[in-house]
Amino acid sequence: MTTTAPAEAAVAKRPSGAAGRSPRRRPGRIRRIGLPYLLLLPALVLELLVHLVPMVIGIAMSFKELTQFHIRDWGDAPWSGLDNYQVSVDFDAPVGEALLRSFFITVAFTLLSVGLCWLIGTAAALYLQDTFRGRGLLRALFLVPYALPVYAAVITWVFMFQHDNGLVNHVLHDQLGLTDKPSFWLIGDNSFVALLVVSVWKGWPFAFLIVMAGLQNIPKEQYEAAALDGAGMWQQIRRITLPSLRPVNQVLLLVLFLWTFNDFNTPYVLFGKSAPEAADLISVHIYQASFVTWNFGTGSAMSVLLLLFLLVVTGGYLLLTSRGRKPADV
Amino acid sequence: MSSTARAPRSPMAPPRSFFWSRRIFLTLLTGFVLLPVHVMVSSSLKPLADVTGEFRWLPSELTIRPYIDIWSTIPLARYFVNSLIVAGAATVCSVVIAVFAAYAVSRHDFRGRRVFTVTVLSTQMFPGILFLLPLFLIYVNIGQATGIALFGSRGGLILTYLTFSLPFSIWMLIGYFDSVPRELDEAALVDGCGPLGALLRVVVPAAIPGIVAVAVYAFMTAWGEVLFASVMTNDTTRTLAVGLQGYSTLNNVYWNQIMAASLVVSVPVVAGFLLLQRYLVAGLTAGAVK
Repeated sequence: MTTTAPAEAAVAKRPSGAAGRSPRRRPGRIRRIGLPYLLLLPALVLELLVHLVPMVIGIAMSFKELTQFHIRDWGDAPWSGLDNYQVSVDFDAPVGEALLRSFFITVAFTLLSVGLCWLIGTAAALYLQDTFRGRGLLRALFLVPYALPVYAAVITWVFMFQHDNGLVNHVLHDQLGLTDKPSFWLIGDNSFVALLVVSVWKGWPFAFLIVMAGLQNIPKEQYEAAALDGAGMWQQIRRITLPSLRPVNQVLLLVLFLWTFNDFNTPYVLFGKSAPEAADLISVHIYQASFVTWNFGTGSAMSVLLLLFLLVVTGGYLLLTSRGRKPADV
Repeated sequence: MSSTARAPRSPMAPPRSFFWSRRIFLTLLTGFVLLPVHVMVSSSLKPLADVTGEFRWLPSELTIRPYIDIWSTIPLARYFVNSLIVAGAATVCSVVIAVFAAYAVSRHDFRGRRVFTVTVLSTQMFPGILFLLPLFLIYVNIGQATGIALFGSRGGLILTYLTFSLPFSIWMLIGYFDSVPRELDEAALVDGCGPLGALLRVVVPAAIPGIVAVAVYAFMTAWGEVLFASVMTNDTTRTLAVGLQGYSTLNNVYWNQIMAASLVVSVPVVAGFLLLQRYLVAGLTAGAVK
């Protein structure tokens, strides 16, 4: 109370000189300047609380020796300098070697999955561009994998991939006779294929959705002009459609890449807590390193390395694609 | 002008091979998309013997038994209610917060505007695994300090999920609000509405498709999330994402019940999504994809 009194007096004194006008004006100005921040405040606070602060803590944790003994009061855990990082990137030792293998598997999986999703999504969007009977129905149908909750969809695939009573072996072995004996899909080397199939099945509709939206922004006149110039359909796709989709694709490919690379839900529901070696994606690998072995310091260090990698890739990608884009835009 | 009218072929007139390739491609793709859907629907109507032995394309006899049993094998109804509360609340909060934030970015020029949009968008890039454990610790600490239970409660999950959909929602709504003419809200301001009045009475109604699209997205995100649900819930607050795994940890794997339950939990989101997908496409066209 007492401390605010002088301040109030000072505020009350100041406007007395500039009669009448400024006291009315100033709150308006403050409100105008403050309003955007006020509107942003809830979003900002939540992003800070749930994303940024935990990230900073996560980075701090990566420099600590954090095992189950220290987890209760993690602040008191001893600092360990770069030990966790050294363990993570020592590729001759088992931990580092496993991380590196998981990383390469994730890269291969992501490139294949994103490529296939984009290819199928774009092709489907182009094929559904002009109207024909059943187009609306197909469009709705194609979005079903995207709309289904991940766990419901993936658990269905788990059933299909079962060794004894699954559909996949029934078709490949019993009905088509393509394999000598029923294969295992959710363990061993085949698990990579299984994961890829499920990921593409689940992911391509998003590419389809975005490309479809992008196609609607291409003016019809461009096609008409091209048609008058005698351009065939493939030429129109090559010369008009794909170049016009470039900005859309730039964002789409990046988003697909990040989502696929970080995907946890699909492998977790498909394989359970411990993924088979051939399909050991990095997010599940880190989850296992932290929650199954209770070594949170090393797990955090691995997450930070993963984040750094994604930052570098994203930065490089944006730099490269926007530089390539400029001449075309001007 | 007259030449376009006389042109014998429409501008996009495709060669014959196009129709063949389209038919083949779309048929194969439809098969690929529908295969799991067929498995889900047909298996949910099978007696247990049909799903434990060799796979059958169709049930040997139709039964709705699995749809009755799913509710007693695990407390599915409770998980369902939890998921509804969590996803519903996360959606409402996320949409309201995103509308305010997007309005600020779209209509006001202020310091730090670019920093804000870039920061918010870049949170999309964080691997969830990086902040899972720290967030868990923060929630536990907040609980100890203030008595507000965030860990293990629906509130904590709501808070977490709404930030998951926030970046994309804000981003999409900025694009959408940008496409609503500024003259409209200026007119409202002249008519004596405050800035909030202009937002609520003019901009929001004009951007309904975008808002619906964002709401659909937010709901789906919360309804389907597995990682945080598996760590941050307990028996009473468990959501469907984790609860459904209860059917397979028992000695017998009731595949017919799993399929029935999967179908039941999918129907609300899929139906909602298919009804509202027009808005999502329209919203993407107007906003994000520009």
